[in-house]
Amino acid sequence: MDIKNRDNKNKDIKNNKLLISLENISKSFDGQLILDDLNLFIRENEFVTLLGPSGCGKTTLLRIMGGFETPDTGRVIFDGSNITGLPPNKRQLNTVFQKYALFTHMNIADNIAFGLRIKNKPKAYIDDKISYALKLVNLEGFEKRMPDSLSGGQQQRIAIARAIVNEPKVLLLDEPLGALDLKLRQDMQYELIRLKNELGITFIYVTHDQEEALTMSDTIVVMNQGYIQQIGTPEGIYNEPENAFVADFIGESNIIDALMIEDKRVEILGTHFVCVDTGFGKNKPVDVVIRPEDVELGKPEDGTLQGVVSHLIFKGVHYEMEVTANGFEWLVHSTGMFPVGTPVGIKVDPFNIQIMNKPASEDEEAVSLEI
Amino acid sequence: MTLPTKNKEGNHPNVKVRSGILLGSPYLLWMVIFIVVPLAMIFYYGLIDKNGAFTLDNLTAILSAEHAKALWLAILLAVAATMICLILAYPLAFILSRTKMSKQGFIVLLFILPMWMNFLLRTLAWQTLLEKTGVINNILAWLRLPALNIINTPYAIVFGMVYNFLPFMILPIYNSLIKIDINVVNAARDLGANAFDVFKKIIFPLSIPGMISGITMVFIPALTTFVISKLLGGSKILLIGNVIEEEFTQAGNWHLGSGLSIVLMLFIIVNMVISAVFDKEGEGSFL
Repeated sequence: MDIKNRDNKNKDIKNNKLLISLENISKSFDGQLILDDLNLFIRENEFVTLLGPSGCGKTTLLRIMGGFETPDTGRVIFDGSNITGLPPNKRQLNTVFQKYALFTHMNIADNIAFGLRIKNKPKAYIDDKISYALKLVNLEGFEKRMPDSLSGGQQQRIAIARAIVNEPKVLLLDEPLGALDLKLRQDMQYELIRLKNELGITFIYVTHDQEEALTMSDTIVVMNQGYIQQIGTPEGIYNEPENAFVADFIGESNIIDALMIEDKRVEILGTHFVCVDTGFGKNKPVDVVIRPEDVELGKPEDGTLQGVVSHLIFKGVHYEMEVTANGFEWLVHSTGMFPVGTPVGIKVDPFNIQIMNKPASEDEEAVSLEI
Repeated sequence: MTLPTKNKEGNHPNVKVRSGILLGSPYLLWMVIFIVVPLAMIFYYGLIDKNGAFTLDNLTAILSAEHAKALWLAILLAVAATMICLILAYPLAFILSRTKMSKQGFIVLLFILPMWMNFLLRTLAWQTLLEKTGVINNILAWLRLPALNIINTPYAIVFGMVYNFLPFMILPIYNSLIKIDINVVNAARDLGANAFDVFKKIIFPLSIPGMISGITMVFIPALTTFVISKLLGGSKILLIGNVIEEEFTQAGNWHLGSGLSIVLMLFIIVNMVISAVFDKEGEGSFL
């Protein structure tokens, strides 16, 4: 999908009706604050991803929406009504759990029919729904199989089928692809996008995998330590991270202490670079993010900054190099190869220098990631 | 107490057969001396008469009125005790599985604690407690309540069985209940099930293997007991276990005792095959 198209789609979503509002949500377990006064608004037909390292509160937030946790403070508004205290079985949203949570004592058809039988739907309707759902997840003919006899990917599809036959307005997905291998995960990502478009419902997706988030989402909510760090489109989050945490978490990056000399002029490692940002003030300490693919290497005399290649790894699509320059290890992705020990010049396009304010409080400081 | 469970990695193909035999030899020796040899002796004695000639009379002796009655009574009391254990154990195991982890250990300990004391001693204690002029009746008399005259009746035997075997029912059910993934329960609630539906359609069916192994673990010792019936049932009530015991210890007829043992064993094996068919998950099967 090209960027322009996606922007148009996002504009459409911005006009959609507000479906879920999370207002001033706080939650702590055993005195430890998991979510701190969090606000989030989700629109109809939006694919929202809650992205963050483990322990950032993303799953707790999803469980609050599903009704499995009650927030200590704040309200959950769904389709205009307050559902904060409503139990899960009374909510018009369905969850796809991390490890599928299929009913192992029932066959696939009974698993899918579970929600419909609870609601006493007629048998013909249920049978129709089962074959419709199995077709939707490409598992026709699996009615009589038992969950244990299915592969992980197949079980995950059944878990999705079991949820969507209930025609929820929102599907909550809690790291649904976490247990699958890489190839299967990528296939399932496309599958989920297709499903979302066919069903035309809201998906709220929890993951710690930034690639998954970038691939599938309309909107990404980056979370850390109970706070929302940034909300935006995948492109917005990737190209213009608001702070060092987001920059570090989404993709690889060089995050460097720098000094904003004046508008459009920043001092990085003692060297002046031209940038495009304005309004930070004069002689203000800032963080600078430069993506590895935006660092251009050339002859030493052509560069703004001179350094020496210290590591070289072939990654398939590109070479990954480390260049030591002015005491900083620059991570560089390039299709051109420079052997270790080569003196090189570093150049960065002004558009590719992303200036960020230093974190205001310690809470927002980038943390080491355990994924 | 640890419950026997199937080890899924037990048949690893890479383990060399020779070292397996070497490591298993003490166990193998144990099995031969204490299981295979006694079993062979029972079959040997059970299938010959006093003159050493082959006969099936010792097996068919079960059909005599006296023996059939003892077997029937044993089955009846064992079924009653098993049912009572199940009814008592299920709610308890369920509550236990929902209790906080820190408290769980303590409650499980409370149930296991009596099992550390000798089985015979505990049953003897109940004999004293249930006496016509025993502790319980003294307390009841002091409270001006009617006396409890159950000693030397089948009721006392069933009571003794329930008391002794209840933990064997609680633990397998508890094990099967804590194994249920909380997300499976959450998924059912998410799909619209209320608490009753969740129990009926998810928790209960998933705990059936535990119930079956609990039933097996209570029914078999209850069926074969002779100590409980002897101590709490007086000498009047004969269960099949008592009949066999008397043949060995008093009548000195090893042939008849062995023959009846074989019949009882066959009965138990049939019982276990049936439960193994239901117990697909191997919650506690011995086969």
